[in-house]
Amino acid sequence: MPTNTKYELKIGPATREAFGRALVALGRESEQVVVCDADLSKSTYTHLFAKEFPQRFISCGIAEANMVAIGAGLAAAGKIAFVASFSAFVLNKGFEQLRVTAAYPNVPLKVVGTHSGISIGEDGPSQMSIEDLSLATALPGFVVVSPADDASMFALVKTLAYHPAPCFIRAGRAKAAIIYNEGDKFPIGGSKTLLEGKDLTILAHGLMVAESIRAAEALEAEGISTRVIDMYSIKPHDVEAVHKAAAETGAIVVAEEHLTDGGLGVKVAQTVALGTPCVMEFVGVQDRYAESGTPESLLDKYGLLARDVVAAAKKVLARKK
Amino acid sequence: MTSVETPSFTELEAVAKRVRRDIIQMITAAKSGHPGGSLSAVELLVGLYFDQMKHDPKNPKWADRDRFILGKGHAAPVLYSVMAEAGYVPKDQLNTLRQLGSIYQGHPDVRFIPALEASTGSLGEGLSVGIGMALAARLNGSPSRTYVVLGDGEIQEGQIWEAAMFGSFHKLDNIVAIVDYNKIQLDGWVKDIMDLEPLGDKWRAFGWHTITIDGHNPSEVRGAYIEAAHTKGKPTAIIAHTIKGKGVSFMENNPKFHGTAPSADECQKALAELA
Ligand SMILES: Cc1ncc(C[n+]2csc(CCOP(=O)(O)OP(=O)(O)O)c2C)c(N)n1
Ligand SMILES: [Mg+2]
Repeated sequence: MPTNTKYELKIGPATREAFGRALVALGRESEQVVVCDADLSKSTYTHLFAKEFPQRFISCGIAEANMVAIGAGLAAAGKIAFVASFSAFVLNKGFEQLRVTAAYPNVPLKVVGTHSGISIGEDGPSQMSIEDLSLATALPGFVVVSPADDASMFALVKTLAYHPAPCFIRAGRAKAAIIYNEGDKFPIGGSKTLLEGKDLTILAHGLMVAESIRAAEALEAEGISTRVIDMYSIKPHDVEAVHKAAAETGAIVVAEEHLTDGGLGVKVAQTVALGTPCVMEFVGVQDRYAESGTPESLLDKYGLLARDVVAAAKKVLARKK
Repeated sequence: MTSVETPSFTELEAVAKRVRRDIIQMITAAKSGHPGGSLSAVELLVGLYFDQMKHDPKNPKWADRDRFILGKGHAAPVLYSVMAEAGYVPKDQLNTLRQLGSIYQGHPDVRFIPALEASTGSLGEGLSVGIGMALAARLNGSPSRTYVVLGDGEIQEGQIWEAAMFGSFHKLDNIVAIVDYNKIQLDGWVKDIMDLEPLGDKWRAFGWHTITIDGHNPSEVRGAYIEAAHTKGKPTAIIAHTIKGKGVSFMENNPKFHGTAPSADECQKALAELA
């Protein structure tokens, strides 16, 4: 990745749309692909698959826990089975089923949670998912990804479909900035260094990747050289990239649309502690639930804008000796 | 509200009409929300807050009050409007629905309106919470009764049936489940997604006294609540046949208006029909 890439950050489709399109592509590729949904197919974009493959679309009604275990049964019987709903419902209502019917027996169920984070806006906290990564990463054997844009979501859905382990894919409702090109590769456990830098590193996923690029540009303008890494793979995460960032830049900010308790931040802190320890700051939702509002007003109030990443960067630099 | 004179059906119908107008205006102003399931539940809530429930807007935490939970929390506008009519919350702010800082959150939120009994929005949980409250009333020797309005799609959640089993086993006759049977959920018609029939037989098999009514007929609504109150030794389920989008011709039985706000134009048309 070139050092002085300029990102245009044009607004593209929401990652949930890329998920829907990837399902259709997979459906054409393999007869084995089946998709379960719990009365949210218009919102999760599984309706695209339902339209083309009605026989392989399984409508479960508003019953997420049941759906997860049915999906696990389908997967255990050899199907490439996806279950999708809002992240808040599929993970929270289906957690016990994820644990006992997928994680524990290592059944390669594909779980997709859309409408993650607080950027869903007006519907408010009952539909917002800010604990999902804590939960998903707590499940032994699960692969957990949180793609930032259209191309990376499309690629990861297609990759994970054939991966022989249970997977959780986190998708968003809001339109997402375009960062990648069609055909870019996103291996499990990998990361993408989007900007090179030597003073500090920002690690981000989901919509905070674009905010972090904006933050890095602002910092650069003040003469602060900032590395930005998209940690799309939350579990496993790119340990090598984290060790390198800690050793070479000596300061790390983790930015995510998730509670700072849990999520990528604590995973990275653990990795840093095992390598070259360095100062860290965490940008995310702070031990509270949000509320209704426009996505923009919520990201502002709950501290998830480039401005907040810049503030965290300055804080971490002040602590760096 | 504590000592009630029985309101006339004409009075109840007038309240219902005002509530429908509020619902349309609130959701239009918010540019998002759920008109269909708000409009279908109007008579069910009006019949509780203005006729059958013992409650006191001036003393919302009165220990022996009857309690109401909107299991299908996405229909928050109908609850906000009814609570505003009853004097719990300001009417002039209804149009701040879903805005940052508004007490009228997208789904009922006790942090913003302490007079609410529960924060809902994740379907399937309200009946269990209501049963907990009914159980507490019995333990306290309180005459308090608890009413929970459920969506027909909502009762596809397994937890509803765990709660149903519990309610009858514990002979809880102070809880009433009201199913807003409007036949439509988010993705379309209930019968195509996960049919509920035979619905009355299901509730009866789970040990509930079951009453089937026209949920838009104030007299049948009142009759059902009174019958529930007189039913001893078991909980009551009221299956209220309703029309999603009731009162606005182009919203009635139209799955599109589950979760789509009316445009300014549609708002005017709807208000003209509700004049
Ligand atoms: C647990 C859960 N799953 C999914 C949703 C998303 N959702 C909101 S409303 C709705 C449909 C509800 O249908 P119904 O209960 O029939 O409500 P009504 O027709 O009265 O509006 C769905 C699936 C939710 N709020 N909670
Ligand atoms: Mg319904």
